Amino acid sequence: MESLSNKKKVLEQKPLSFMERMYLPAIAKGMGITISHLFKKEATIRYPEVEREFSTNFRGMHSLKRDENGKERCTACGLCALSCPAEAITMIAAERKPEEKDLYREEKYAATYEINMLRCIFCGLCEEACPKEAIYLDGPIVPADYLRKDFIYGKDKLVEAPLEMKK
Amino acid sequence: MDSAFVIEKFILVAVIFGISLVIAMYSTYAERKVAAYLQDRLGPDRAGPFGILQPLADGVKMFMKEEIIPTSSNRFLFIAGPGLALLCACIGTAVIPWGSPVLIAGKTIPLQVSDINVGVLYIFGVVSLGVYGVMIGGWASNNKYSLLSAIRAASQNISYEIAMGLSIIALLLMTNTLSLKEIVDQQHGWRWNVLYQPLGFLIFMVCSFAETNRAPFDLPECETELIGGYHTEYSSMKLGFYLFAEYINMFVSSAVMAALYWGGYNYPGMDSMAVWLGPTWAPLFGTAVFFGKICAFIFFFMWVRWTIPRFRYDQLMNLGWKGLIPLAIANIIITGVVIAIIEKF
Repeated sequence: MESLSNKKKVLEQKPLSFMERMYLPAIAKGMGITISHLFKKEATIRYPEVEREFSTNFRGMHSLKRDENGKERCTACGLCALSCPAEAITMIAAERKPEEKDLYREEKYAATYEINMLRCIFCGLCEEACPKEAIYLDGPIVPADYLRKDFIYGKDKLVEAPLEMKK
Repeated sequence: MDSAFVIEKFILVAVIFGISLVIAMYSTYAERKVAAYLQDRLGPDRAGPFGILQPLADGVKMFMKEEIIPTSSNRFLFIAGPGLALLCACIGTAVIPWGSPVLIAGKTIPLQVSDINVGVLYIFGVVSLGVYGVMIGGWASNNKYSLLSAIRAASQNISYEIAMGLSIIALLLMTNTLSLKEIVDQQHGWRWNVLYQPLGFLIFMVCSFAETNRAPFDLPECETELIGGYHTEYSSMKLGFYLFAEYINMFVSSAVMAALYWGGYNYPGMDSMAVWLGPTWAPLFGTAVFFGKICAFIFFFMWVRWTIPRFRYDQLMNLGWKGLIPLAIANIIITGVVIAIIEKF
C-alpha cells in the first residue's frame, strides 16, 4: 500500500558480512562502551544519608501552621477533610476555654487532627481548601514504618513547633 | 608415605579449598558491584563498609529460606544434583599448579595438590562431569522447563567441549606434555603460550564461557524462555549450591586459562625477583601474580556478561560447530606445519 505520510522506510535484511559474522569487532566495540561507564559518575543518591534536592512546589508531609503569635491557626472547620479525595483526614473539634487563649487563634479548634499517610495521595487539595492557611504540605518525605497504625499521624507529629522552640 | 607428607597435603588441600570457596563467595559480590558500576549504579553497599559483608548476608538468607522438594520429583536425584554440581566444580582445583615449590622451615613444598601427568585430561574430565549435576537436577525436578534447560546445557557442553579439546591439541603439540606443572614451567618469564597460540587461546576462552554457562552462552538459565532454567524447582541452599558451583567453575576455568596460556605464576623479571626475595617469598609472590591473573579473568567474565546479549540457540550451535571447530582444526594444522618446518631447519 502506498504510504501517505512518506515516513515509511523499508528495511532490507542483508546477510551478515564476514566481519559481522565474526562477532569479535562488534564485541570489542561493546566492551569498550561498557568499560567507559566504569569511570562515569554513578547516578545513585544514597537516600537515607543524602537527599535529593526537591523542587519548590514539592508536596511532602503536612504541617499544621501557627500564626505570628504562636497560636494554632486551625479552627477545625473540616473543609480539608471534605476536600480530601482519599478521605485521609479526620478531626474532632472542641471549644476553646478562656485560659487556652494563647494556644488557639479562634474559639473553635481541633482537639484531635489525624491524617492517614497511607491513604493520603499528596494532591494538595487540603492546602487549597483551607480558609485559614493552617495546613501546608511543605515537609519532607513521609518515612517508612512497620505497622499500619503508625502511619496515622496525629497532632503531635503534624503541628509546627512553637515559636520559642523555633528560635 | 610418611605422615608429614599426608599432613602437608591435607593443609594444602584445606587452604586451596578455603581460598576457592572464599573467591567464589566474593565473586557473587564482585559480580553485583561490577554490574552496578558498568551501569552507573552503586551496587550493594548496606552490609558492612562498601557492602563487603553482603556475601554473608546472602548466605544466611539462602540457609533461612524454606526448602521445597516437589512431591513428583525423584527425591534422591533431586538432592544429589546440586551436590554433584558443587563437587565437580571443587575437585578441578586439585591439579592446578598454584606456584613453584616453596621453602618453608627447611622443607620444599610443592604448591600443587597432585602433579599427575595427565593434568589437562583430568581437568577436561572434571569439567565434563559438571554437566551431570545440571542434567540430574533438571531431570529430577520433573518439570518440563527444567528438563529442557538440562538438555540445552548438555548439548551445549558437548558441542563446545569438542572445540575446546581441539584448541588444546595445538597447545599440546607445542608443549609435548599433558602435565599442567610442566606446561606452566615451560612458560618461564615472558614465554607465555598466548603469544604463540593467540587463536587457540581465543577458541579456548569462548569455549570456557560456554562450559561455565556464562553469558553470552547462559542459555540453560535463560529466564525469558525457561523461567529459571534447570534450577526452577530448587530453593534454599540447594539453589545456593547451583549458583555457587557456577562461580567456582568460573574460578577454576580462569585458573586453567591463566595457567595454560597466560604463564601461570610466571612473570617477566622473575629470575631477578627470585634472587632478591629468596626461596620462600619469591614463589609466594609468583602465586600472588597467578591470583592476580585469575582475578583479571574473573573480571573479564563479568565484563562480558554485562556487555553481550545472549545468543539464540541456533546461533550458539552454528558458532560451535561451524565456526569454532573448523577454526580449531585449522589451528592444529597450522601449528603442526610450523613445528615441522622449525624442526626441519
